[in-house]
Amino acid sequence: MTWYAFFGALEQGFAYGLMVLGVYLTFRVLDFPDLTVDGSLPLGAAVSAVAITAGVHPYLSLILALGAGFLAGMVTGILNTKFKILHLLASILTMIALYSINIRIMGRPNMTLLGKNTILDPFYAMGLSPSEAAPILFGIVSLLAVIFLIWFLHTAFGLALLATGDNKQMITSQGVNTHRVIIFGVGLSNGLVALSGAMICQNQGAADVNMGVGTIVAGLASVIIGETVFGSRSISRAIIAALLGSIMYRLAIALALGLKLGRFSFTPSDLNLITAILVVAALTLPQVRARFRLK
Amino acid sequence: MISLAGITKYFHRGSINEILALEDVNLNVRAGDFITIIGSNGAGKSTLLNCLAGSYPVDEGSIFIDGENVTSWPEHKRAGEISRVFQNPLLGTCASLTIEQNLALAARRGKPHGLGLGVKKQDREFFQENLRHLGLMLEDRLKDKVGLLSGGQRQALTMLMATMVRPKVLLLDEHTAALDPKTAHQIIDLTTRVVSENKLTTLMVTHNMKQALQLGDRLVMMHQSQVILDVDGDEKARLTIEDLIERFYTARGEEFSQDRMLLV
Repeated sequence: MTWYAFFGALEQGFAYGLMVLGVYLTFRVLDFPDLTVDGSLPLGAAVSAVAITAGVHPYLSLILALGAGFLAGMVTGILNTKFKILHLLASILTMIALYSINIRIMGRPNMTLLGKNTILDPFYAMGLSPSEAAPILFGIVSLLAVIFLIWFLHTAFGLALLATGDNKQMITSQGVNTHRVIIFGVGLSNGLVALSGAMICQNQGAADVNMGVGTIVAGLASVIIGETVFGSRSISRAIIAALLGSIMYRLAIALALGLKLGRFSFTPSDLNLITAILVVAALTLPQVRARFRLK
Repeated sequence: MISLAGITKYFHRGSINEILALEDVNLNVRAGDFITIIGSNGAGKSTLLNCLAGSYPVDEGSIFIDGENVTSWPEHKRAGEISRVFQNPLLGTCASLTIEQNLALAARRGKPHGLGLGVKKQDREFFQENLRHLGLMLEDRLKDKVGLLSGGQRQALTMLMATMVRPKVLLLDEHTAALDPKTAHQIIDLTTRVVSENKLTTLMVTHNMKQALQLGDRLVMMHQSQVILDVDGDEKARLTIEDLIERFYTARGEEFSQDRMLLV
């Protein structure tokens, strides 16, 4: 693998790292399989792209994207808790709705940011090249998000969130409104995912309504890889593992794309298949291992 | 202090599976009462506790706590006044959280959960002191996950969590039924101690008649969705198991017979 490919993977790993942290929050902490992310990632991209085109400062557009993602997540949370729709279905409904909404926001299925200001400009001004600036900026943002999440999950409200994902009856009888916690938690998760989408869009210079396809699977793969390799004994460790898992996942993808077996080589369109196989393998590995140990 | 007035509760109302779980149940609980509730399976004992805690909405009737009508309050809102220990030892605690995190949640029962640190340093000393009181050597295991504890230890921890912030009423729903006899005995001892030390108003559902007679100062018997016996004071103290069985069949309008008693 070349240094160029390595830094590319690092950059992607950090940029999608926020998305992975969001998926970790719903999938692992809240025990809420949330497919909204496939729609909230392009939502963040669309909001950010439209805002920048309208003259909003690129950094401010990140905040707008975060807010939009938060709202999308809240919709899923409300569908689940207040309307009693199964979490998986509730999130699919929001995801489908977001497809139309994202096109409405942009006015078309995709838009470019050619020649527009982006969050990377201040780094270019400091004399950094694009392949250096992006990993540094995304690395800083991911690190801040990791610190924020570690702090947040150690607060009293964070404890209530952890308990909601573990034992709803227990935390309800301790006086916590689990509906509110779930709505906020799924909101926060999708806020992070949308922020991730906004950064990716500014980095690649375009937002596309289809850029979110497979986000949840990539997120899950990253979370599971992180857990398997770095462990999840404490909350802090699990959060850091999720971010590192994101980087490892992108490195694995880069390696797979660089692989050549005779005349066969993978194309970017094979990624979803590879990811799905990776997740299945990671999910079944513990069972396979247990069975062999029994014999 | 707590009054249930004309509580009626149906399950699957309007369908062919309709079950009348509580029928016009009236119960006045005085402050400091320790009530044991007995009854056969399906009599409505657990439903009564669930209605009081707010887990089930009632179809008719009202529930008052200290004169305040809480009938429409959701479960989490009533939790400020009511604490519970469940039959299933896994239900009262969070397995993936540590002992101190579980205790921190219990210490905040009914209070808002803000963005301050979840477990503070001074909390730990308070928790250790409380745990020492349990006598299960848990005071040095604050950072252990609760999932590592046995069912009995978890139930003892749940008892502590239910009483750390004084509840207006403590609900015990067959809280020793899932434990082995020795552990069940320990939990009953703990229950007696905690209730008498704090003079807690307590409602305890049990299947064990002997237990229902030994514990508490008031006994309520339920049968087919209704309260059929409610005794306290000296009358309760004089009750025997034979009396209970006789009262049970009399209330059912059936002759009490010796061979029936043998079956029980």
